[in-house]
Amino acid sequence: MSEYPNPEDDQEEAPAPLPLPLDAWHREKGGRMVEFAGYLMPVQYEGIIAEHLWTRESAGLFDVSHMGQLEVSGEGAAQALEALLPGDISALKAGRLRYSLLLGEDGGILDDLMVTNRGGEYYLIVNGATKWDDIGHLREQLPDEITLNHLDEQGLLALQGPKAAEALGRLGLEPAFPGMPRLEELKFMQAAPFFWQGRPLGVSRSGYTGEDGFEISVRADDIVALAEALVEQPEVKPIGLGARDSLRLEAGLPLYGHDITVDTTPGEADLGFAISKRRRTEMGFPGARRILSEMALGPRRMRVGLALEGRMAAREGAEVFSGDERVGVVTSGGFSPSLQRPIAMAYVETAHAAEGCALSLDVRGKRLDAKVVPMPFVPHRYHR
Amino acid sequence: MSRYFTEDHEWIEIEDGLGTVGITDYAQGQLGDITFVDLPAEGASVAKGDSVSVVDSVKAASDVYTPVSGTIAEVNAALADEPELVNTDAEVGGWLFRITLSDPAELDALMDEAAYREFVNGL
Repeated sequence: MSEYPNPEDDQEEAPAPLPLPLDAWHREKGGRMVEFAGYLMPVQYEGIIAEHLWTRESAGLFDVSHMGQLEVSGEGAAQALEALLPGDISALKAGRLRYSLLLGEDGGILDDLMVTNRGGEYYLIVNGATKWDDIGHLREQLPDEITLNHLDEQGLLALQGPKAAEALGRLGLEPAFPGMPRLEELKFMQAAPFFWQGRPLGVSRSGYTGEDGFEISVRADDIVALAEALVEQPEVKPIGLGARDSLRLEAGLPLYGHDITVDTTPGEADLGFAISKRRRTEMGFPGARRILSEMALGPRRMRVGLALEGRMAAREGAEVFSGDERVGVVTSGGFSPSLQRPIAMAYVETAHAAEGCALSLDVRGKRLDAKVVPMPFVPHRYHR
Repeated sequence: MSRYFTEDHEWIEIEDGLGTVGITDYAQGQLGDITFVDLPAEGASVAKGDSVSVVDSVKAASDVYTPVSGTIAEVNAALADEPELVNTDAEVGGWLFRITLSDPAELDALMDEAAYREFVNGL
């Protein structure tokens, strides 16, 4: 349990960024620390491109301890969560996880998150920058008999890449209970508890890079030992936030606060898959009417992928044109190290959102040619 | 031949009235992997402090300001195919453009190498 910051404090100047449990370790490994989501985090070690490519061909270790780890429990926890998000949580089996959206009453996206059924309780991973708002929202909305725990003494590591399973496998994780799956038995979007040298770990086969890999919840007291054991594996290097962003962009995965916000809806964001079939007929989630009618009729604008000509990148805020008509705006973009060309995500009017549409982007007064392309830009390689 | 530096981390080397401009090794280290350099048009007339070039890294786009006024005489064509030269050889082969100075007295306001190194150490 944690002490939540006094809401009044938010009125003051932004507080000094907090160090994460691995702070000294990052510095020792040559990490260049920057402020992100209220924490000091490594943006890069040896260089974003090298770290990006290393993750795609081997395995990268990411410290994502800034993210919020929450636990929701009590009689009727699944139904209580279903009142706040559009996933079929009741049908989520123990040991499985699912991507979902915390929705506002008007159908806007308050956050995106992962929900894991841990058997007795639901385990949520939410974005670092929104976790305090999420906790406030959940406290207010969840019924009294439902308990919300902020697991703020847990750190979170992600090990991502085609050699992640091989590297983590060498650490000899033991299933926490008889009958629980072994590490190598976990498939994409499955989770299980383990012990590593007597230390408890919550492991899921999931991530934010499009690669095979794992997310590992570990006690903050144990995180240095685990991070060190992982980078001792020849396949593994520590990877900073810079490559995390370029990897998720290539994988077509939206970044909250940029590609999805309270002003975007699941239909516009092309995240209709997060609205489970049963929920589409039964509804009963915030904004259901608006979201479902928008999806049925087609949203006014859509999140699309853009491949740019040339080498100049377009970034968040760049305006999108069809001829002389402004038809959208870039929400994230940059140079793709894997494709060696600039790519972007943008919201464009639906008439211009079809694959192959020729558009142009205004970057510092220059017009860059771009084309709507399917996402992901780089194919996912999950272990299904 | 002499080299001057700005607080915005550009260098300019003067030879026979022609200045060669680039960003410093410190600056390229801060920017990280450079993926594209947007260069000025040859023949363009520019004033000291104008943003005349943009260096794009994986992280962000950064303006490069001309340390002096004048006319762009030449740009480094090698950067079109090899923008990473700015990372690997920032203060020699990774130069950005050459400029014909219109007011050489502007150089007096710039730092020499020793002053720049001291400036960077203080950052």
